[in-house]
Amino acid sequence: MTSTSSHSPLYWAINDSLTLIGRSSRQSMRRIDALITAAVLPLMMLLLFVYVFGGAIRVSGSYIDYVVPGIILLCAGFGSAATAVSVCQDMTSGAIDRFRSLPIVSSALLTGHVVASVLRNLVSTALVLGVALALGFRPHAGIAQWLGAVGILLAFMAAISWLAACFGLIARSPEAADAFSFVVMFVPYVSSAFVPTGTMPGVLRAFAAHQPVTPIIETVRGLMMGTSTGSHAAVALAWCLGGTIAGAALATLLYRRRTSQ
Amino acid sequence: MHALLGPNGAGKTTTIRILATLIKPDGGAATVAGYDVVMQAREVRRAISLTGQYAAVDELLTGEENLLMMARLRHLDRGTAKRRTAELLERFALTDARRRRVATYSGGMRRRLDLALSLVCSPPVIFLDEPTTELDPRSRRAVWDAVRELARSGITILLTTQQLDEADELADRITVIDGGGVIAEGSADQLKAVVGNESAVLFFGELGMLDAAARVLREAADGPSVQADADRLVLRVGTDGDPRSVKRLLDLLERRELAPVRLELHRPSLAEAFLTLTGRRNERGPERSQG
Repeated sequence: MTSTSSHSPLYWAINDSLTLIGRSSRQSMRRIDALITAAVLPLMMLLLFVYVFGGAIRVSGSYIDYVVPGIILLCAGFGSAATAVSVCQDMTSGAIDRFRSLPIVSSALLTGHVVASVLRNLVSTALVLGVALALGFRPHAGIAQWLGAVGILLAFMAAISWLAACFGLIARSPEAADAFSFVVMFVPYVSSAFVPTGTMPGVLRAFAAHQPVTPIIETVRGLMMGTSTGSHAAVALAWCLGGTIAGAALATLLYRRRTSQ
Repeated sequence: MHALLGPNGAGKTTTIRILATLIKPDGGAATVAGYDVVMQAREVRRAISLTGQYAAVDELLTGEENLLMMARLRHLDRGTAKRRTAELLERFALTDARRRRVATYSGGMRRRLDLALSLVCSPPVIFLDEPTTELDPRSRRAVWDAVRELARSGITILLTTQQLDEADELADRITVIDGGGVIAEGSADQLKAVVGNESAVLFFGELGMLDAAARVLREAADGPSVQADADRLVLRVGTDGDPRSVKRLLDLLERRELAPVRLELHRPSLAEAFLTLTGRRNERGPERSQG
């Protein structure tokens, strides 16, 4: 054997994860179609909401300032959901057998997918933000608020990516795994992403007010616009961290179960 | 090099998957390179390399990137990983294609890359699960050459295949399995002797003579392989194709007054031989008794 075993297990766990993050990142850079969809779709939504629906929606302040945080969240969520497909592809092709017969930490493969997903979505989210700024989005955030907004978005991406990984582990085909992106894409509609929840009928309003997307959006919006985030920030953070931890734990469990059949 | 030969569903892949620690056996014990596949899975994984039935190469990466990634996952340092990758690309004639994405590779190139991936860390044991399935004859030859060279370098190889010629071409020992159990085991020559490259088919008039003749032949000193088919009153006796040995066979029966009523010389096709061994000669009807 030529492998060097003088390092600690933790060193190799990190080494393996980095290698597989590299792999997943390369893959996503080369799935040009998926990359374009991940960026173009939110941009279309942005144009649609700002120029088509926006005129009819009444909010305090300009509508573009209201809707951009929602679009950014949609972009982050939609892009992260693609993790379900890439995880499922690995699970249903011969790739998984090869990885499993390697002496590597079993969580490295999933970690690779999730971290690559977060990196990818950071790029597409920055792109959406850039276009929004060009269209007249005028945030009033200081450095601390920007960092806060980026932090909460990172946590959100991580949570969605881990949940997407779970879905990818359950789905029997990549096509089925793709359904997760639609779920993630539609959930923000019933939230304060595009319209204030006050205009919705009772049941929807109750759902919108209590589903995780609303406090996350309100937090990002508050941070970007320099207004108060109130209790939303704590709730948002709890959802994101909770989602990440629960998603990661569940994904690890599902991975073990799926691979020990 | 050891080959597992058997039809679809015989249990070849299952065996490999157990030995490669991918699934846990329902019972029994197995060791690979001296390690127990259940209790010492990690040690086993360090000693083996698995090439699955479907080329497990990463289509979106280039051949070179696939190898480098595997080298890193096998915990080689950067310099060694680069050197090893260049060596393997050269050895499997992929150097010119190294910067191309695997999605553009032909079936044969993928298999070669797959084999190269197995060899990144020169493991002492390699499992090859049907390495030439769905390859054209030329690519098949190329893969065979690569596998033979591996065997020469002293690596233990366990190969599964559905094709007799592949096992014959490559393996030192062959185990024929079907329905989850071992049917026959031996060197290619020993198995061929059982199946019979050539066989003399002896037709008898009645069951008593058939049984007696079978007994005589089985007790003979040089012990040719004998298969009796009681329904058709036929004895199938392995021969080396030499007319003199057929004559000796007939003389022996003649002396005991057990001469057959008719003789046919039969050279089974490879497919037929394989079907004979796995007991599926009569696909049309229920299985006949083995006599």
